[in-house]
Amino acid sequence: MEHYLSLLVKSIFVENMALAFFLGMCTFLAVSKKVDTAIGLGIAVTVVQTITVPINNLVFQHLLKPDALAWLGVTGTDLTFIGLICYIGLIAAMVQVLEMVLDRFVPALYNSLGIFLPLITVNCAILGGSLFMVERDYNFAESVVFGFGSGLGWALALVALAGIREKMKYADVPPGLRGLGITFMITGLMAMAFMAFSGIQL
Amino acid sequence: MSRDSTGKILSVAFLLCVVCSILVSTAAVLLSERQELNKAEEKRRNILLAAGLYQEGVPLEEQFRRIEARVVDLRSGRFSSDFDPASYDSRAAARNPETRFQIPPKQDLAGIKAHALYQDVYLVKENGRLQQVILPVYGKGLWSTMYGFISLDSDLSTVIGFAFYEHGETPGLGGEIDNPAWKGLWPGKRIYDDQGNTRIEVLKGAVDQQSPEAIHQVDGISGATLTVRGVGNLLQYWMGQNGYRKLLENLAEGVEL
Amino acid sequence: MSQAKDVLLDPLFNKNPIGLQILGICSALAVTSKLETVVVMSLAVIFVICGSNASVSLIRSQIPSNIRIIVQITIIATLVIIVDQFLKAYAFGISKQLSVFVGLIITNCIVLGRAEGFAMKNPVGLSFLDGLGNGLGYSIVLLLVAFFRELLGAGKLLGYTILPSTSEGGWYLPNGLMLLPPSAFFIIGLLIWLLRTWKTDQIEKEN
Repeated sequence: MEHYLSLLVKSIFVENMALAFFLGMCTFLAVSKKVDTAIGLGIAVTVVQTITVPINNLVFQHLLKPDALAWLGVTGTDLTFIGLICYIGLIAAMVQVLEMVLDRFVPALYNSLGIFLPLITVNCAILGGSLFMVERDYNFAESVVFGFGSGLGWALALVALAGIREKMKYADVPPGLRGLGITFMITGLMAMAFMAFSGIQL
Repeated sequence: MSRDSTGKILSVAFLLCVVCSILVSTAAVLLSERQELNKAEEKRRNILLAAGLYQEGVPLEEQFRRIEARVVDLRSGRFSSDFDPASYDSRAAARNPETRFQIPPKQDLAGIKAHALYQDVYLVKENGRLQQVILPVYGKGLWSTMYGFISLDSDLSTVIGFAFYEHGETPGLGGEIDNPAWKGLWPGKRIYDDQGNTRIEVLKGAVDQQSPEAIHQVDGISGATLTVRGVGNLLQYWMGQNGYRKLLENLAEGVEL
Repeated sequence: MSQAKDVLLDPLFNKNPIGLQILGICSALAVTSKLETVVVMSLAVIFVICGSNASVSLIRSQIPSNIRIIVQITIIATLVIIVDQFLKAYAFGISKQLSVFVGLIITNCIVLGRAEGFAMKNPVGLSFLDGLGNGLGYSIVLLLVAFFRELLGAGKLLGYTILPSTSEGGWYLPNGLMLLPPSAFFIIGLLIWLLRTWKTDQIEKEN
């Protein structure tokens, strides 16, 4: 139990997807103008991440990794080279399925998330999460925790940035820096603040 | 057939899958031999670099002829002939519950939780006499697991060379463990004291050269405190009882392995 | 002809993918601490984006609109895997340094963005040029960032010492901040400032 708790804290803060690994930056910078939309996108990413990382974990464990097809009686296989295409395919499919399920059963949430859902496919935090899971060789339970934690960490960073940007309205930014330029700077400062977490051993 | 009919969707999807899978598989199959070769060469080069034997421009095959690869059972400190050293993969073995050693959390100085029961080690011999022994070591740094080789002299305590070949530490800070100047501090240091205690450590700051302890101590790197602490800890672990200690004792006593 | 020229040259400064379109930023930050990795990364991205633009455009009239995103992603992923395999075979050292970031080219939004936004509507030749232009625009920013980071952070360029650092007996005290990923944000921010001072029409309106 303790192990999972520390993995959760680690994936939210110490190894924050956005501010320690800089994944999912495009959406991070583009969709952080308002706190409301940031919260919506944050929830969507967390949900997709919590689903896709464990599913990709199953695919990796039982289909792709060396000798993974032993349960079919086939040994000596190593399909890791098609990993990328499988993970991204699954992510794209999951996002599509999630979209349809939400539309059918929770239309309110679907409408509020609507435009963000398709964007998630190309959010590298999601694919990055699956690749890290493979690289670190997580088991199924760990991948559930890691998926949830890394999604939540990303969402947290996004909402924090949106909060700061809303306050930026009152600042007098030089014209050339306005908008994107200053957002880069703020994110840099936030990332440096997050470096304070680095090296925490859990 | 219209562009959005089910039949069209299925046939496009199917054709695309076939074409893509052919392309990907061809690339993977054609290049796999070269990739394997790269991996094997990389490992050999790292072993030679740690031993201080690497020569630029000389074929690796030839340079490696002086080196004898063996697989050692860490529990007994004896060589095992159950595995072929050339193909033995200790990282894979560390993942397999049947072939790994779960380190009790209190003893886990290197922060690696478990490692293989068997490790591949490399001996440099001249006229049948042991000159150097090269041992793979690894452990947690600040961000990542650092993998390296350490080479010991025939007294089995003095370091000849020590280098990491794979790590993900911050470039310029923790990454300075790759700095030749820092690596140059290692040769001549002793792992064990005369009583046989594992004494090697990396200090925070500089070593006092006058101190009698200086032979066991290496300067830290500013801005890389946690990384070099990891380096010191992983050596403490691997040179201890769970690591290569038994093997080194056996080698020292000249036990027939 | 002038259209082709515009398609090729516009993304360099006028519509730079990183500076204006906010695309493809993740990898811009993570791999830029050394010039060498950036050169390889840029070549890989240029190859993938040209290839995907050309092939998507080639079959654009055949792609059913329902599954177009997944078709594009599959094409891109195929190209990325091929690049990844090639790097592992012929540039092993660098492919290890780039690690997961080669794989992440798949989700580099420049590639999908150009496939969806340009290649779906334009002929093969033009799409290829558009890919080349955007790939180059991306590379320019990456190269600039890496140039400053490696020079100021380590006193080197492409591994050759330019400013001899104090730890090796020279006079230059390396700026450690430059080697840390956040410095890429500051450099890109400053580059955008510079670009928009030059091309004032890119300045965002006050809201």
